[in-house]
Parts: sequence; structure tokens; C-alpha cells
Amino acid sequence: MLATMTRDAPPMIAYTAVDKSFDGGRIKAVDGVSLAVARGELLAIVGGSGSGKTTLLRLANRLIEADAGRVEIEGEDVQAADPIALRRRIGTVFQAGALFPHLSVAGNIGITPKLLGWPRDAIAARVDELLDLVRLDRAQHRSRFPHELSGGQRQRVGVARALAAKPAIVLMDEPFGALDPLTRDALGEDFRALHQRLQLTTVLITHDITEALLLADRIAVMHKGRLLEQGTPAEVSRSTEPYVAELLQTPRRQAQRLGALLPQDGAA
Amino acid sequence: MSLFADPRWRDAFANLPDYLGAHVRVSLAALALGLAISLPLAILARHRPVLRGALLSFAGIVQTIPGLALLALFYPLLLALAALSLSAFGVGFSAFGFLPAVLALALYSMLPVLRNTITGLDAVDPALVEAAQGVGMTQRQVLTMVELPLALPVIMAGIRTAAVWVIGTATLSTPIGQTSLGNYIFAGLQTQNWVLVLFGCAAAALLALAVDQLLALIERGLRLRSRVRAALGGLGLAALIAATLLPSLAGARSTYVIGAKTFTEQYVLAALLEQRLAAAGLSATTRAGLGSSVIYDALKSSDIDAYVDYSGTLWANQFKHPGLATRDQVLADLKQDLAKDGVTLLGEIGFANAYALVMPRAKAEAQGIRSIADLAARAPSMTIAGDYEFFSRPEWANLRKAYGLAFKTERQMQPDFMYAAVASGEVDIIAGYTSDGLIAKYDLVVLDDPRQAIPPYDAVLLLSPKHAGDAKLRDALKPLPGRIDIEAMRAANLQAGSGSTPDAVARALWEKVKPR
Ligand SMILES: Nc1ncnc2c1ncn2[C@@H]1O[C@H](COP(=O)(O)OP(=O)(O)OP(=O)(O)O)[C@@H](O)[C@H]1O
Ligand SMILES: [Mg+2]
Repeated sequence: MLATMTRDAPPMIAYTAVDKSFDGGRIKAVDGVSLAVARGELLAIVGGSGSGKTTLLRLANRLIEADAGRVEIEGEDVQAADPIALRRRIGTVFQAGALFPHLSVAGNIGITPKLLGWPRDAIAARVDELLDLVRLDRAQHRSRFPHELSGGQRQRVGVARALAAKPAIVLMDEPFGALDPLTRDALGEDFRALHQRLQLTTVLITHDITEALLLADRIAVMHKGRLLEQGTPAEVSRSTEPYVAELLQTPRRQAQRLGALLPQDGAA
Repeated sequence: MSLFADPRWRDAFANLPDYLGAHVRVSLAALALGLAISLPLAILARHRPVLRGALLSFAGIVQTIPGLALLALFYPLLLALAALSLSAFGVGFSAFGFLPAVLALALYSMLPVLRNTITGLDAVDPALVEAAQGVGMTQRQVLTMVELPLALPVIMAGIRTAAVWVIGTATLSTPIGQTSLGNYIFAGLQTQNWVLVLFGCAAAALLALAVDQLLALIERGLRLRSRVRAALGGLGLAALIAATLLPSLAGARSTYVIGAKTFTEQYVLAALLEQRLAAAGLSATTRAGLGSSVIYDALKSSDIDAYVDYSGTLWANQFKHPGLATRDQVLADLKQDLAKDGVTLLGEIGFANAYALVMPRAKAEAQGIRSIADLAARAPSMTIAGDYEFFSRPEWANLRKAYGLAFKTERQMQPDFMYAAVASGEVDIIAGYTSDGLIAKYDLVVLDDPRQAIPPYDAVLLLSPKHAGDAKLRDALKPLPGRIDIEAMRAANLQAGSGSTPDAVARALWEKVKPR
């Protein structure tokens, strides 16, 4: 269904032969990457530490500039866009949360609407709506500070902050990292539902190939700054790239062993 | 006797509203100016390594200049600027008191504020800065909405340090004419009134402590994000400022300002002038503890209205006449010089206060020393002490030339300690003052000066240009000239140096010498 709907529409995010290096060219963080994200799609980027995933995201909202190639958002070259306005219409969930410690939960969630000059009561209403959306109790959490929240609650606030100004595009950098598997799974499922309901275009970075296989419409595999493979989970699982095959071995083995270990009725 | 029954406490308390108010005013202005300069500079310099290094080392160097010297340096600087502005734009300003004090103290406050602001901003997590940019903040919004709030506790700690430094150092602004709690300390040191010194120190310390604690409350409030605490601290600070400023602002403005230099005799004479004005129904305040080089300029620009100076001092130091002259010549020259500045010489007080070489009577008799000429032969094995300026004054050069004097060692001392030092044998001879009461107290003798190397310095009463034609002022002070001889002044100085307040001494002195 998704595929037919998006085939002909222009991509929401498009990278064309993008290069980015650091330290005067000694570190090639992103190397000749071309990648398109269609409207309504949830794309997962997987890859090892230092493979260039975060760098790729930061290029999209112009926190850094590409050395070569083009980055387009909704068909517009980001080079031509006002970076402040651009960032205000893209929601971002940062690696490790990065909530503002001096602002309450409501202050954190309402920050982009505030920057956009929304009226006070509209912001308050939006904050409550988002707390419901990420399934946090309004009264209990609204005026708490980040250090008074659990890790999972903080991640939810991070997601809510990214969604506050009703962006069409959401960039998420390991939003569910460092959580226990149950919470992680629940949060992932919750977000997948939100993504569908709000018709978002999402780029989600994860270390965890299993998470990517279960949540994403399409998967992009990064390795040493290069895009090794992209496609639907089924397409990627048929990849002939040795690194991708290696990546997929882990979930395969785990699935087999779990299948053998766990009783079929699930009454553990 | 209870410690607090001492009448000197009452005197000290009577001046408190005035001194404390002035102290708070100058500290507050300096701190505000310091912050207004340092905060933007710190923000500007943060990402500019060269500027940052230069600023921090500049502020660090300022910090190593002793407070008194820094304050003293600003006076001639501003004086020159004022003269420049007067000739260029036709408007001058007072280089006396408030302005130089505020500027010097503001400079003094810069280091902790600069350092803490830069460190505080540096310590903000880069991930948060990126998040701030990522949610769509402009560079300025990142600074004001994220970086500054997060660095605030560290910045506040710097402001606290600066506040304590400024309040403490403001006590040193007395010699450049800014009333402060230092008035207690300087007056107390000169008149050996330790109650006063203690009172001044305690008042300044308490003020610094109170401000520090209130700022700490605000800082904790900010750190713990407790608006109540921060508000309480702010309120307390506002209340403290209001309480210290209001009484001094509400106080009636005095019409006349009397000046006094930094030694006992000057305190007594200033008290006497003030009493004479009061008796004539004129209100006056005293700016005491003014530096010798500050006070004449202050009179010339009508920042003070009357004080007593010494003919030879002005003749040699202010008007730079070379060599020596007779007493009458000095006075004649001086009248001309003063007239050029518009300053009125109302008259000679009646005594002269000159430098004199002084030693214990017993020792002088035993060694057969009567005059400086006798001394010359023994000088190479002797130690001489003088005040901080003596050895660089023309009198000293003249003395050495006239008698061929060469001492083993020359030592500089606080004037009030010299006499005890020579009496105890710690030094052999001192350059004292002829009118000093301690000469009698320690049974010292003044050595004759047969070659008249040191001119006698008549005490003269001067009036500011602003009040040159002020008949009320002239009439009130008219009875003074010619009334106080050296004996009376010595006795008064002795009394003032042994614990009586200058006020009481001046009253007793007038009782003794007033026209009947
Ligand atoms: N600002 C920077 N300056 C210098 N090098 C950088 C910078 N940002 C990233 N790099 C380097 O670029 C490479 C890619 O970094 P990136 O953060 O994109 O990796 P990542 O895939 O997100 O890794 P992780 O999964 O650990 O977050 C790394 O070698 C990193 O050290
Ligand atoms: Mg990363």
C-alpha cells in the first residue's frame, strides 16, 4: 500500500552523492552516499559505531554542511534554505536525549512552538496533547524536570519534543537506546503507531538490526561512511554484501535458538 | 568599664548612615559597571582565543595591583581627562571621590566575573548546544535560552567573589575623596583610635558577608531551580540596598565640605572648622583622610570648600618652586600662586608644622648633640626613619646638602609609629613634625637647624574658588587665623593621639584659644 502511494511523489529527503569529512579530510564520515526517503516512509539506518549515521542526520537539518553532493528536503536544496526555519519544521530526537536540564517537561516539549511564536495557551494545550500521545500522565509529568524522570520517560519526552511543532519529518538518533528490552519494545511499537497515525516521514537510527527489521519500511546499512545496502527488510535480508550478511546472522541465530528454547504457548 | 560604654562607639554609630550609604553606593555602582563590561566581554571573547587570553591576563594583572595604588592611579588620570574635556568640549567633571573610585573598583571586579562566565559557558554540554540548534534556536537564543541559564550558577559564584572584593576594597577609596566605611579605618589609624578601626573593619566585613550570603541564596535558588529562594535572595538584597541608601539620601545636604589630610592634626582642625561653621548656623560635612596630592586639587575644583594646608608643602610640591626661601618669601609666593587658581588664603592659623629631626632628649644630651650640625659626624652609624614621602621631598635633599648628612639606613614608617620607634631605640633619629604632641609625650628633642635647611611651614586656611566671595563662610571662619600657637596645637595633637575623638579635642582647643 505504502509503496504504491509514494512511488511517483518526490522524496521528502534526498541525499545525492554526499561527502562529509572531518579533521581536514582525515576522517571520511560520509562517503558518496545517495539515499531517498519517500513521504510516509519509516527508514531505519543501521551500522556500527562511527559508521556515519549521526553525521548523515545532521546533514539533513544543516547542523553541518556537506563537502560535496546535494541534500534536499521536500525537493528544496538545504543549502538554499534558512537553517533556523528548516530545523523548526523538522522534529529531531537526539542521541542520548539531550533534554534541557533547566526546563521542565512542559518547557522542553513546548520549546519549538515557543520559538515559532505560538500563543501561550496553544502551547500548553499542545504539550498536554503530546503527553497523552507518548503516554505520560499529564498532571504527573508536566512540571517535572528531566532529572526527575526515568530513562524511558526521558526518551518519551524527547519524542514528544520532536513532534511538538507538528513536523512532517522526524529524525531520530537512537531514540530507544539504553533501555531495558521490554520498554524499548513498547516504545518502538508506540512510535511505529504514531508514525502511521500522524503520517510522518521518519528516519530512525539504530544499532539494533532486529529493531530495524521489525519497525522499518526500509533499511539502509552504513559501513565506514558508505551506504552498503538499502531496501525493504526482505530485500536487505537477501543481500550478498558480506557485512550485511554478518549483521543479519545475529538475529537469525537468536530467532532459531529462541524458537527451540521457548515453549510454543508462551506460558513461561 | 563595659566595652560599649566607651563614648567613641556612639560617635562611630552617628556616622554610620552616611558612611555605610556612601560605601554601598560606590560598591553598587562599581559592581554594576563591572558586570556591564565583563559579561558582554566574556561572551564576546569566549570563542576568540586571542581576545580571551588578552582579557584574562589584563584582568589578572589588574588584580595584582594593590587596591590603594589602583585607586590612587585613577585620580590623576581622571584629572587629566577632565582638563582635556574642559578644553575640548567646555564641560569638565569632578575627578574627585565617586568617579575614580567607581572606575577603579569596577576594574577590580572584572577578573572573577570574566573567568567564571567563560568557564561556565565552556562547561555547557556540547550535546545540549547542538540540541538547542536542532530545535531551531538562533545563535542568540542558544546563548540566552540555554547556555547562560546553564552557566548561571558558575557566573553567580564569580559575581559573589567580585562583590566581596569590591566591598572590601571600597574601604580604600577614602584617600581619593570617596566617603566609605574606610573613613573609620583611616581616621582610627591616624588618631590611634582602635575602636574606630575595629568598627570600620567589622562594618565592612558584615556588609560583605550579608551581600555574599544573599547572593549565595540567589545562586542556590538558581542551581536548584527554586524560584522562591532566588526571589527571597533578590528581595533581601534590594532591602539591604534600600536600607543602607535611604538614610544617607534622606539626610540633609550639607552646604559646605571640609577637607582633611591623613594625619591627626588635620582631623582636629577639620573638626574645628566644622564646629565653627555649625556655630554660625552653617551645615558642613568633613571629607577626611584625603591624600596630600588629592586635597589641593579637590579644593581648586571646589569639590571641597575649606581646609588647612602648610605653606611650604604647597610652595614646594604643588607650585614646584625650586630651592629654599624665607618664611615671608614662601608666603608671598604662595598668595600669588593661589590667587591664580582662584583659591582664597583666609589667613595663617598661628602655628607652623615643619619637618624636624627629632631624637630622645637623654640620648641627645649624653652624646652632646644639640643641632643637626652636631649630628652629621655620628650619622654614618645611625638609622633614620621618616614618613612615606619625606625621603623624596626637597627638604631632605636640602638637609643632606647643607650638613653633609649620610645615615647608615633610611627607613619609611607610618608617622604615628615613628615616635615610639625612636623612643624605644629601634631607630636613632626620626624626621618628625614640629607640632606633634608625641614629642612631649616621649620626652624627645627637636634638633636645631642653624643653617635653616628646612623652612618653617605655616598652617594656612584655604577656601575654594566657589566660595571665594561667600561672606557667611568668611565670617564664620574669621576668628580662627592667628589663634592657635604651636603649644596649643601640640597639646591638642597629643590628646587626639591618645584616644579622645577629634571632635572633643577640637572643642577643648577652641575653649582654650577662643577670643574673649
Ligand atoms: N564534529 C566532528 N569532528 C570530528 N570528527 C567527527 C565529528 N563528528 C563525527 N566525527 C567522526 O565521524 C565519524 C562518524 O561519526 P558519527 O557520529 O556519524 O557515527 P555514528 O554512526 O553516529 O556512531 P555511533 O553509533 O557511535 O553514534 C566518526 O569517526 C566520528 O569520530
Ligand atoms: Mg551516532
